[in-house]
Formats: sequence, C-alpha cells, structure tokens
Amino acid sequence: MKTMEEIENAKELQYLKAKKEQSFFRKLLRNRFAALGLIIILILILTAIFAPFIATHPPNAMDVTKTLLGPGESGHLLGTDSYGRDIFSRIVYGARISLIVGIAAVLFGAIFGSLLGLVSGYLGGRIDAIIMRIIDGMMAFPFILLAIVLMTVLGQGLGNAVIAIGVSNIPGFARLVRGQVLSVKEADYIEVTRSLGAKHGRILFRHIVPNSIAPLIVYATMSVAGAIISEASLSFLGLGVQPPTASWGSMLQEGKDFLVLSPGLATISGLAILVTVLGINLFGDGLRDALDPKMKL
Amino acid sequence: MKRFLFRRILQLIPTLFIVAIIVFFITRMLPGNPAAVMLGPQASAEDIAAYSEQLGLNEPLHRQFFDYLGNLVKFDFGNSLSYNQPIADLIMERFPNTVILAISALIIAVIIGVPAGILAAKKQNTFLDYFITTFSLVGVSMPIFWLGVMLALYFSVNLGWLPSTGMGSLDNGLWDFLSHLILPSIALATIPTAQFARIIRSSMLETISHDYIKTARSKGLREFIVINKHALKNALTPLLTVMGLQFSNLLGGAVLTETIFSWPGMGLLIVNAIEKRDFVVVQNTVIFIAVIYVVINLIVDVLYKVVNPKINLDSDKGGA
Amino acid sequence: MSESILNVKNLQVEFKSGSIITRAVNGVSFALNKNENIGIVGESGSGKSVTATSILRLIPSSSAKITGGEIILNGRDLLKLSNREMRKVRGNEISMIFQDPSTSLNPVFTVGNQLIETIRAHKKLTKKEAKQRAIELLELVGIPAPEKRINMYPHEFSGGMRQRVMIAIALACDPKILIADEPTTALDVTVQAQILNLMKDLQEKLDMSIIMITHDLGVVWEMCDQILVMYAGRVVESAKVEDLYHNPLHPYTWGLLESQITESQDSHAPLASIPGSPPDLSYEIKGCPFVDRCPYAQDICHNEAPKLIEPTEGHAVACHFQTETEKLERRENAYINGDTIRS
Repeated sequence: MKTMEEIENAKELQYLKAKKEQSFFRKLLRNRFAALGLIIILILILTAIFAPFIATHPPNAMDVTKTLLGPGESGHLLGTDSYGRDIFSRIVYGARISLIVGIAAVLFGAIFGSLLGLVSGYLGGRIDAIIMRIIDGMMAFPFILLAIVLMTVLGQGLGNAVIAIGVSNIPGFARLVRGQVLSVKEADYIEVTRSLGAKHGRILFRHIVPNSIAPLIVYATMSVAGAIISEASLSFLGLGVQPPTASWGSMLQEGKDFLVLSPGLATISGLAILVTVLGINLFGDGLRDALDPKMKL
Repeated sequence: MKRFLFRRILQLIPTLFIVAIIVFFITRMLPGNPAAVMLGPQASAEDIAAYSEQLGLNEPLHRQFFDYLGNLVKFDFGNSLSYNQPIADLIMERFPNTVILAISALIIAVIIGVPAGILAAKKQNTFLDYFITTFSLVGVSMPIFWLGVMLALYFSVNLGWLPSTGMGSLDNGLWDFLSHLILPSIALATIPTAQFARIIRSSMLETISHDYIKTARSKGLREFIVINKHALKNALTPLLTVMGLQFSNLLGGAVLTETIFSWPGMGLLIVNAIEKRDFVVVQNTVIFIAVIYVVINLIVDVLYKVVNPKINLDSDKGGA
Repeated sequence: MSESILNVKNLQVEFKSGSIITRAVNGVSFALNKNENIGIVGESGSGKSVTATSILRLIPSSSAKITGGEIILNGRDLLKLSNREMRKVRGNEISMIFQDPSTSLNPVFTVGNQLIETIRAHKKLTKKEAKQRAIELLELVGIPAPEKRINMYPHEFSGGMRQRVMIAIALACDPKILIADEPTTALDVTVQAQILNLMKDLQEKLDMSIIMITHDLGVVWEMCDQILVMYAGRVVESAKVEDLYHNPLHPYTWGLLESQITESQDSHAPLASIPGSPPDLSYEIKGCPFVDRCPYAQDICHNEAPKLIEPTEGHAVACHFQTETEKLERRENAYINGDTIRS
C-alpha cells in the first residue's frame, strides 16, 4: 500500500521528467539545422515505406528500346539507365536498401558492441584485458577495409552486407559503452548500491545502462550515416547487394561507366547518398547538443 | 620517454597477434576449398590438389596458423597466383603510391581544414562561421567515391584539364606527376579537411574560453600570438589524435579513391585481387595495412606526449 | 594630497545575451593614487571583477560592451585607444593577475617561455637578456632555484608557486598599476598570507599601485588604503580604509562587516548576515538596488535611486539617510535589532 507521500513523490518525479523531456525536444527543434535533418530523415523513411506508391515504374523493369534517356523523356522523371530502367523509381527503392542496411547494421554493431563493452567494463580484470585486445585488433583495420574483407568472404547480398558493416561497427560501440560503464561504476551512488548488497545484474540494468543511453543514441545516429556510406561504398565496389536490386551505390557504379553519355545517373544517386547522410549528421549534431553539449563524440 | 616507448612497442605485440588471428580466420571462413575458389571453376582436380598442398591447406589448422605466423614474421607473404610474383614485392611496389596519395590528402586537409577551423572559431556566429560550419558538415557527409566520379566528370571529361586515371611519373616532368595526383588527393582530402575544420573550431572555442587566454591578452601580446601560439597549441591535442586516425583511414579509405582514379596503390591492389579471387594477396595486404595502422597510432601517442607535457604516459591512463 | 594615476569615471558595462541586456557595471567612478592600493569589495555579481577587467578592456567582446565612461591613465582615455595602443598598456603599464593560478598559466608552455614572451612583447631585449631578466623576476617573487625552474611547466609548480609565477609575469615590465582579481581565493589558507605579504613587499619595492578585487575584507584591511564597496554594479560606499572600518555608512557595508565576523570562505554564497540576494540587473532598477534586503528601507528607497554623496570629506555613500542623527538612529537600531540582520 502506497502512502500519500509516496504518490506525491511519484507525481513530482513524473512532472520533472516530463518537463525535462519537453525542454529536450524544444532544444532539439529550436536548432534549425537539427530540424532540417529530421525532415530529411522523415522524408527518407516515408519514401522507403511507401516506395511502391511513389515509384512511377517497377524498379527492375528493363526496356532495351529506352536506354540512357535524359530527364523527362518519355515519361521518365529522371531518365533511364543503360538497361532502360527508370532512375527515379530506382532511387526511391534504393532508399529502402540504404535505410535497412544502415539501421540493421548499426543495431547489429550496437547490440554486440554494447554487450562486449558492458561485460568488459563491468567485470574488468582479465576478461576486460582479453576483450579489449580483440577490440584493438579489430580497430587496427580501417573501417571500410574490414567490411570489404568480410564481404569478399561472405559473398554479396543484403544480409551479408548487414553483417559485414555491423561487425565493423562493433569496436566503436564496445569502446564507448566500456568507457561509460567505467565512469558510472566509479560514481559514488553505485558504490552505495553495491554496499547495500545489490546484485550485478540489477546494478547494470538499473544504473549503468540508463546512464549510458544518451551518448549511445547519439553515437548510433552518427553510425547510421557511416553505415549508409559503407553500404554504398561496398555496392559501388560491386561487393554490396546483388544486382539487379537498386542500391544507390551500385547505381553510382553503373552510372560511372556512362558518365559522358548520361551523367544524370551518377549525379543523382550520389546526391541521394549525400543528402541522406547530411540529414542524419545534422540531426545527430543537434541530438548531441540537446542531450549534452559537453558530450565528446 | 624511453621506457614509455618500449612499453608501447611491447603492447603492440598482442594487438598484432590478434590482427593476424582475425585475418587468418576470416580467410578460413571462405566456403569450400580456398584453393579451388582461387583457381576458379576451370581448374582441374590435380591443380587444386597441388595448389592446396602449396598453400599448406592439408596441414592441421593450428599448424597452418603457426606456419602463417612464422612467414609473417619473416616478411614472407608467399606468391601471388594472379600477378605471378612474390606478394611482398607487390606490396612494396604499391605501398609508396598509397603513401604519396595519403600524404598529399593529409597536407591539403591540414592546410585548408586547420585555418578554416581557427577562422570559424575566431569569427564565431558570423556569416563566415556559418559558411565554414555548413561546408564542413557537407564535407564529412560526402560519399567520396561520388565526389571522385564528379571531379573526374567535370575536370577531365568536360574541361579536359586533368587526367583522371593512373599515376604520373616524375620522369615525365613534375607536371605529369602532379596533374595525376590532384584529383585523387582532393577527393581523398575532403573528409579529413572537413573533420579537421570541425575539430579545430570546437577545440579552439573551448580553449579560447580558458583563463590563460585572458592572461595572454592581459600581458599585451598581439592577438595573432594569443590565437596562434597560446590557443592553437592547446587546441592541437585533439587534432593530433584525429590526424593519426585519419591518416590510417586515408590508407584504407584510399581503396575507393584509388579504384575511381585507377591509382596503382594498395587499395586498387586489394580490389583487383578480390576481382581475381586472389585471396592470398587480399589477406596479406590487409595485414600489412593493419600493421601500418597500429604503428601510426603508436607514433601519434608519442607525438601526443611531445605536444602536451601534462599527460603522463608512463601511467596507465595515457595512450588512448 | 597624493596625485592620482588612474581615474575611472562613470564606467558603464553591459552584457548582452540574446535580447537580454544586463547592466553589470553602472556608473562606477574611482581614483587610484600613486603608491596607494585600492580594494574593491562586493559579492560575486556585484560587478567588481567586470570593473577590473574593463580597465584593461579584457571583457569578452562578443557578449560584453563598455557603453560609457572614461578610464584616464596619464591623461589618456584607455577606452579611446586603438587596439595596438591598448596592447602597449597591457602587461606594460597595467598588469593583471587572476584568481586561479592553475588555470591562468598556459599548461603547454614552460614558465620561462611565458615570462620571456611578456618581456619581449614590450621591451627590446635579446632572448638571452630576456631570459636573464626572467630569472631575476622569479628570484624576486621568491621562487627557489630559478635557473632550473624557468624550464619547468606550470603543472610542476604548487598553487602558491604558480601564483608567484603569475606575479612575476605581471611585474615583468615594471607596471605602475597591478590589478589583482581575487589573487588568493583559490589558494590554501596558509599560502594566502605569503602571497599577500609578497605583494605588499613588491608594491613598496617597485613603487606601484594595486587594485585589489576581493570579497574578503581582511585582505583589504591588510593591503589597502582606499576601499570601494560595490553592489549591483554600483559603488555604494567609498572611503579611506580606516574611515570605513570605524564609521561605515551604508547598510550593505554593515552587512559586509557583520559577515566578516562569520568568516564565510565561499565567495559565491550570499553574505551570511544579509538575507536575500542581489537584484536582477537585466531589469531597470528604479529605487535603491539594496532596498529589498535593507532592514531600514523607507518609501523613498523604493522610488528614488540614492546618489553618491560625500557627507564627510573623502567618504562617499549612496544612501538616502545620511544626516548625523538619522545615521545614529539607524545604527542604534541596527545593534538593537542585530538579530534581524544576522539571521
């Protein structure tokens, strides 16, 4: 049975929390750049979801009689590629690939990386040393190179791209979370909780996880931008999703071969990547400033 | 300092060991017999068996691993099937080219990015600041392979000013060398330039708010000295870390730039080897890059100490 | 009557943040005499530090602005000097030391470097001569083994030693005026006295005047000839130190003296003996700025700002009740109602 006082306290806490959230969103949206980033992200998400309704043609429908058309010619908004496929529709469907790979790969990296970081930071000692050496080893590869090597071994495909980019994301998350755990672990109130006999799991999930969440969200947001670039890079090198699936990276690669005849394909697919990544970065910057301006990321 | 260096070099060993393990097992993840994959579908069973034998694939796994480690230490990377020459020679032939590209990109990035960041910080909240900030945000978001393609389209195809493929030679004069270098190094420099500008801007802003800047002004020093001596040296510390990281990224990130501009470096070597399914080359080139990466990080750590006397690297806290 | 070397007249400083304008310094005037020290006291936010930094025009130009007044040094108005001319004043004619020596020295340069660059900014000396001078300066401020210490970094010095280095830097070019902004606040109590003694010694030895910014009246008794009490960006009382000590006129000064007894070490806490907090300076203040905290406030105090008047020669106060009888009455009450003040 709760006393009146407890109920009052709970109300007060809820109110404070709501107020804090409110000021966070207000801060975020007052930042014009962050708002612009959010709009770009929303457009991207809506495009990906409603791709079948937005696209004017089936993305993989070829028409050898209508190759390399310019923008606006015979009903093709942005023209056609060398197989006569509608560029606009492929860009629209390409948003799906970018988004799926971007988010899934970061989730993959975040889940495994955070788990490693949590275990490493919390347990410390020899386990920490071993895990961190492995992370150091993984970090010794330039980001894109690790993904490339994994893709060569795993073979082309959407799922493999997620794994390859996800694995390259693990070290970053592991280091971030470990650092957070270490700094929270030293805090006085954790000492107190421990001295009161709280169990490991409880300390981890009641205290350490909530405290690490803000920088994690910011880092994850920025990582999605990186993952989208990575997917496009892999596809550009012919190591990403399998043709004929429309990916901005593979479209750019195809466009590269017809640069003189039809510069549109390469230009547009690259612009799509740039605008998307820029939007996410704008939003990520704003998110960081709104959550904690002093955060070093 | 000597002790610190020695310790840091000792610390490299486990990292390099892990790197070797990772690469070894990733390449062993290849489905099927690597020898068969590398030789391609036309290869006869005898050829495959012979090549397996040559690669030591018939040995037990742990033997294979230790042989492989032993060869690495001896700098013996084996032979490339597709290039028909020792891989060590192949790497040594390509590596300097990548270094040239990476260093040019780094120089561009420092020359443009650092002053831009200082300027933005000095003129905080003015038009110039917004201009630089916006540009650097676009820069860090840039898919450089696209930028590379666009540069090639505009400056080579449309204007015909600069070549867009291959590497020039100093034997044909300085211009031949430089003209081939310009486009790829600009493409490669974009992200680091933008990143340097952002980092320098924010760390300058942080530094300028410190008391010792007020002291420097109160002493009657010229503003130029206050900014470029007192503030900059403090603001450089984060830049150094990022520069080291970026330089290693440039070596790896050159994969894309080198592919676009057919620059005969390590990146192009890897991509070509992947196309030819020459995994032995891929494996060893990747290891080589990883080693370089780790060594650069060591150098950055050492420089860190030189720039910032306050960091005591002999304690365990130092050496990020 | 000693001659004055620095005259601050009706200084106005505003801080701007968005559309909010805070009048941090509002009509401050004072004169600094040759070979004399002046103490500026007040709570944090009273404008004492801003006044001091404004003299060298070191307030951040992006957010703050000197909107009026004159600062006369040797017949020149410092506010009218070009940046270039101003630089020749800083560190040369007027020097400044700050509160926290651990942050006011640049961590990445040796002490010697920071000393030598100051000397060479104002004097045409070779590097070698400047270094010799730097060693002398370190010796002057009582740093042992200066030849060795000169090559060390600030973090290799203790807090008190760092402040000595700061003083050495400030004195590098024999300035006539030294502005000390809470020079002992960040130091250990034991070190505080050493630094004060050093400053006093050097002041006599080097023939200079000190502007001492502090919240600690003890420092003023020790060091200063004149005292300026600031409140809400204004001077509320100014006098010779002994006059103020024996005969304080402003209720706020009474509170300050009271709080001195309780010895609050925390400069940011509101004065222990004066309830309430200073007014928000981003609003126009109609009456006396102290009215909300003054136990003797009358109607006139709410409606009319008191002017700074001089009831006796050399002792100025900004309070409406200054005739002898009024004052006596009120002080009387103050002691009777001492509890209300102290609470």
